[in-house]
Amino acid sequence: MGSYSTNEFRSGMKVMLDGEPCAILDNEFVKPGKGQAFNRVKLRNLTTGRVWERTFKSGESLEAADVMDHDMEYLYTDGEFWHFMEPNTFEQHQADAKAVGDSAKWLKEQDTVVVTLYNGSPLAVTPPNHVELEIVQTDPGLKGDTAQGGTKPATLSTGAVVKVPLFLSEGEVVRVDTRTGEYLGRAKD
Amino acid sequence: MMTTPDWQPSADMPLLRARAQLYAQLRTFFAERRVLEVEVPLLARAAATDPHIDSISASVCGELLYLQSSPEFFLKRLLAAGSGDIYSLGKAFRNGEAGRRHNPEFTMLEWYRLGWDDQQLMDEVEALIVRFCAPSGISRCSYRDLFERHLGIDPHKADAEQLSMLARQHIDADWQDNDRDVWLDLLMTHVIEPAMGEGLVFVYDFPETQAALARVQPDEQGQSVAKRFEAYVRGVELANGYFELTDAEEQASRFCRDIEQRKRLGLPLYRSDEKLVQALNSGLPDCAGVALGVDRLLMLSSDCDDIRRSLAFAFERI
Repeated sequence: MGSYSTNEFRSGMKVMLDGEPCAILDNEFVKPGKGQAFNRVKLRNLTTGRVWERTFKSGESLEAADVMDHDMEYLYTDGEFWHFMEPNTFEQHQADAKAVGDSAKWLKEQDTVVVTLYNGSPLAVTPPNHVELEIVQTDPGLKGDTAQGGTKPATLSTGAVVKVPLFLSEGEVVRVDTRTGEYLGRAKD
Repeated sequence: MMTTPDWQPSADMPLLRARAQLYAQLRTFFAERRVLEVEVPLLARAAATDPHIDSISASVCGELLYLQSSPEFFLKRLLAAGSGDIYSLGKAFRNGEAGRRHNPEFTMLEWYRLGWDDQQLMDEVEALIVRFCAPSGISRCSYRDLFERHLGIDPHKADAEQLSMLARQHIDADWQDNDRDVWLDLLMTHVIEPAMGEGLVFVYDFPETQAALARVQPDEQGQSVAKRFEAYVRGVELANGYFELTDAEEQASRFCRDIEQRKRLGLPLYRSDEKLVQALNSGLPDCAGVALGVDRLLMLSSDCDDIRRSLAFAFERI
């Protein structure tokens, strides 16, 4: 991999810092008229998710990180690993709990997700923004109670628990925003 | 930041009109004060030797020339030739400087007052700034007092080790540096400027090592300081002024020092301006001069926080 100089830093670029793969979020050029130029850079550590600011002298460079996002199909989990497949090459990858993290509760078999590979191994898994999942457990539905604004917890097929309107019942399929965990509506057949 | 198509201007029409009005008012300001507008070349055979300023070169009629990083050398040659008080309102160029407050090509207002020192020139800079943006307060503070107040350290006495340790308490910066000025610049831009508040702040009596083209004199504590000042509004550096160095020999030796430092840092080497040294030799009258970033003045007077929105076409759109 090559390296990037501070003046090439762009948001979204993946670099190695202190031995960890990081994504650049923001790069601000700071310079007194008659003095040293700096770049104040905001980064996200792709392993831990931590965001922080590091200042460089302008002109310093960082090694590019071998990090790529791939669209893959989620196949199944064996309890220890989650298995994904590249749709074109049929190549399979297994991700551990650390890489899958909170995304696990949104993974439905055959859905297409983004798998971030670092040196060829899954580093993170990002579910689609919207998923459609079946309610497997919730209190009985209240017929005709569509006007009232109340909600109740419902457990979905993947194990996620979301707040849904009172009139929904088990077996129905709902649409959920995975970024916020919010119920968006009933899935259309 | 910009969502309009690439061929479109970066600035909206109200800002373009505000810029035109600002130029007219600046010219009125100097006409009222009988300071003569002069226009000087943007291309020159010599470039600034300052290690922190990277000039843009241009191939012209088979010669390698430089777009000027400020009109200073030409203006001083005019002063030495007897022009009297003068100002220039025009473009200046600095390679590698692009961001929220920088554009490689920008507009600079630079003026000189004969027989004035830095404190007197600060009064006039204040009058100009107050006319265009209403700062919530006005204060003056020496570089030493500023560092003592914000960081509890004497910037003239602290060594590189102390300054780097202090910087690392506030900023995640992991390089090594024996250059005190790098740490002072880091503390100034990252810690002090953001804490300066809304008002107009003048900072004067800079460290001797940051004198640039200002004369060096002892302050009231006997410390050698540069008779240089900076004006900040809302923590944004707006103007940089000097009680000008007029000593040709000292000027020539500062050029040499800059060139030595450029060699050490592996930076491009430019021919220093012999004509400026000749002008100083023939006699530059005692004077104070200041350069002010006009794009930033426009930003501050029209509540715009990105220089790109103050330009008809920012660097990304040319």
